[in-house]
Amino acid sequence: MSDARYLVTASPHLRSRDSTPTIMWSVVGSLMPVAAFAVYYFGPSALLVILASVVGAVGTEAAWGKKGAVRDGSAAITGILLGLCLPAGLPLWMAVLGGAFSIGFGKIVFGGLGQNIFNPALLGRAFLQAAFPVALTTWPAVENVPWWSLRGDNFALPLMGSRVDAVTTATPLGLMKFEQVTTPIRDLAFGTTAGSLGETGAVLILLCGGYLALNNYLNWRIPASIFLSVAAFTTVLHLIDGARYPTPQFMLLSGGLMLGAMYMATDMVTSPTTNRGSWIFGVGIGFLVVLIRLWGGLAEGVMYAILIMNALVPFINRATQPRVFGTTRAKAAA
Amino acid sequence: MGDLIWILVSAAVVNNFTLALFLGLCPFLGVSGKVETAVRMGAANIFVMVLTALAVWVLNTFLLVSAPYLRIIAFIIVIASLVQIVEMAIKKLSPALFQALGIYLPLITTNCAILGLAIFSTNRGYGLLEGLFFAVGGGLGLTLALVLMASIRENLELADVPDFAKNMGLVLILAGALSLAFMGFAGMFSAA
Repeated sequence: MSDARYLVTASPHLRSRDSTPTIMWSVVGSLMPVAAFAVYYFGPSALLVILASVVGAVGTEAAWGKKGAVRDGSAAITGILLGLCLPAGLPLWMAVLGGAFSIGFGKIVFGGLGQNIFNPALLGRAFLQAAFPVALTTWPAVENVPWWSLRGDNFALPLMGSRVDAVTTATPLGLMKFEQVTTPIRDLAFGTTAGSLGETGAVLILLCGGYLALNNYLNWRIPASIFLSVAAFTTVLHLIDGARYPTPQFMLLSGGLMLGAMYMATDMVTSPTTNRGSWIFGVGIGFLVVLIRLWGGLAEGVMYAILIMNALVPFINRATQPRVFGTTRAKAAA
Repeated sequence: MGDLIWILVSAAVVNNFTLALFLGLCPFLGVSGKVETAVRMGAANIFVMVLTALAVWVLNTFLLVSAPYLRIIAFIIVIASLVQIVEMAIKKLSPALFQALGIYLPLITTNCAILGLAIFSTNRGYGLLEGLFFAVGGGLGLTLALVLMASIRENLELADVPDFAKNMGLVLILAGALSLAFMGFAGMFSAA
């Protein structure tokens, strides 16, 4: 009776070495070069802002999340990603608040990891943008500033005005939209521009995300379809009126598109489950990004584009549900 | 023609009645449990909004010119009774349509989105055609919001939502999140 050949075990029988914590901590690892570059480029302020949003996110998860949920690393990812889409001079209490909102209202209320509809980091960013629009669009200047100096009033007290006058500037997208100045492509690719912490250094983000895609920790179809649709849409516009609409390479490399496409749109929980759905999802994001950037009231639209498409994911999943093996097409449609 | 399309798109997406202007929240929160009922509610909304646009145009052009101070009362009473009468007519003439829209029609006649539509189109001085496009756009926008909300809620039916956020709590949080996402459309095309 106890012959091992007759032992019946429950499925799954095919196992992978990857578990949720392995994948999540690999993502954290792959974000380290991006974060390190932000610190190199924006000084200690960048480190403080990222740490503050991680503290907000992980602290909230530890206090109100499911038991042991901190160890899977997903709250740490949310915190780092939120930190990377904030400006360096942001008061730290706002970053902590944003991290807490991301996890609290973006994840815990839905029942924890795997059940949320919206990307938590982006929801936190959208909340901060709605609550503190000025602080969230104050970009510290990047030239002629000593490395060790703070790039804004990081230690401002909650709800108090800023006591420090930092030198500020505009982002490449802001320059393009409101002043019709185009930033050279070289600066965008290697990160010597103003912007959020993770908005600079497009090539570095592409490499780090590529590492994840090679390990199959993210679905390459999503960034690929986002880049293709942004490139196609802007090429057409640029050919129609080259003076008015920017070149596709500018649109691809500027703003948060790289970080958004590589790390936020590909969030396993909030992206479609089918490959066909992933293409639809990515093309939708690319289209909305261009729409909001060129005709919207704001300079950057990656965050909103991803959130809107997140809301459509249940619909995409339903529309692209694969046929059950063995059933006929007519039955599947009924 | 471009202006008319713009009125429609603006009412449906950019200034979405529910997600940007926070009108018509009762059906948005109450009847968004299932996609199928949400679609019917949306269709009923479009129907009532088109009737409203017609009624508003008639009232504004022929009757309220001499008595503008009666505007809000006239809108409410005329629209509500008009919808009731049309509902009876549909019940008699097209039982199928009544089945689809019937029970939702009386629910929305006194909705704030309907009065909002009437007041907006009066304040902006819309003519008949503009008012109709505005009504269809507003109705489509409400339908969009309802269907989005319903598909998300169906998806979350099996989620392990903590006790404090069950049911209406989560729906309100979702409404806020959707509204945050739609802020991306704010001000779109206004500069162009």
